[in-house]
Amino acid sequence: MKCDEVQALLPALLDAGGTPSVEVRVHIETCLRCQADLVRYRRMLRELRELRTRYLEPSPDALSRTLVNLWEAGEQRAIRSMLTGRRLAYLAAVGGLLVIAATTVTVLALRSRRRAPIAGG
Amino acid sequence: MTESDAPGSGNGPEGDHALISAARDGDRMAFEELVRRTYTETYTLAVRLTGNREDAHDVVQEAYLRAWRGLKSFRGDAHFSTWLYRITANTAYSHVNKRRRHRSVPLGELRTEIADEHAPSPEEKAETAALQSRLAMAVAQLPSKLRAVVVLKDVYGLAHEEIADQLDISEAAAKVRLHRARKQLRDLLYDDRPSKESTE
Ligand SMILES: [Zn+2]
Repeated sequence: MKCDEVQALLPALLDAGGTPSVEVRVHIETCLRCQADLVRYRRMLRELRELRTRYLEPSPDALSRTLVNLWEAGEQRAIRSMLTGRRLAYLAAVGGLLVIAATTVTVLALRSRRRAPIAGG
Repeated sequence: MTESDAPGSGNGPEGDHALISAARDGDRMAFEELVRRTYTETYTLAVRLTGNREDAHDVVQEAYLRAWRGLKSFRGDAHFSTWLYRITANTAYSHVNKRRRHRSVPLGELRTEIADEHAPSPEEKAETAALQSRLAMAVAQLPSKLRAVVVLKDVYGLAHEEIADQLDISEAAAKVRLHRARKQLRDLLYDDRPSKESTE
């Protein structure tokens, strides 16, 4: 087995339960280069976990800006959704009227068609 | 921009509980206090996920707005901060995808931003600090799809299942992205891979 093949498998071996095949294990046990690479991956993972508690300080006015924008954006959205709601209600009403009109026209047309043969015969 | 080892809040989950139920009833002051308590953590997660401060601020803003509007659906069986993490991750993911279609942060700019944020503190060992700094930069340089998975899994410790759920991808895809991300991070950190020789 070649180093390249083993090294391609290393990122998956770092997962809990990521157990290497016998072939891979034997290679790692006897290859200093792949051992070194595994050590680097493990260190990298340790440092990644550390990043979680390395908090980044936002700019001093960020919090106050967030709070101001929060309520403003909330109100804008509420107004928008109210307007959208009204628009939808209006469209629904217009749509309803159209359906009623179309139904009426269809019913009348059918009736006149049914009457037609009687009148002709 | 500085880095600290603890977020601003020193308040326990009991205090949070009272604030959450008040906020759920529409108490804005209570929600503002929750924002204050979780702000630094949320911001940190947003920077890690987006790779830059400007987007992080937008994501934080949107995440709190979603949290306020969705507070009624928060059942309280998880920590408020965990729930907020989910919202932030989700918001960051859609934000980054949307942004990618419109503009991109030049790499040089991004490097400077993240490097500044990770300036090593004096008490840290120089080597570890340098690695941390390079690692944070490397994470920021990853393609957004890979970055999201590695941040959620290897930094925040979420399960594959949860990540798949957050990002609306299969668990298998989450794993593939994670392994690709680790490989790319490794290459960015240790740019010394020898050319093509190998041992049998
Ligand atoms: Zn090898």
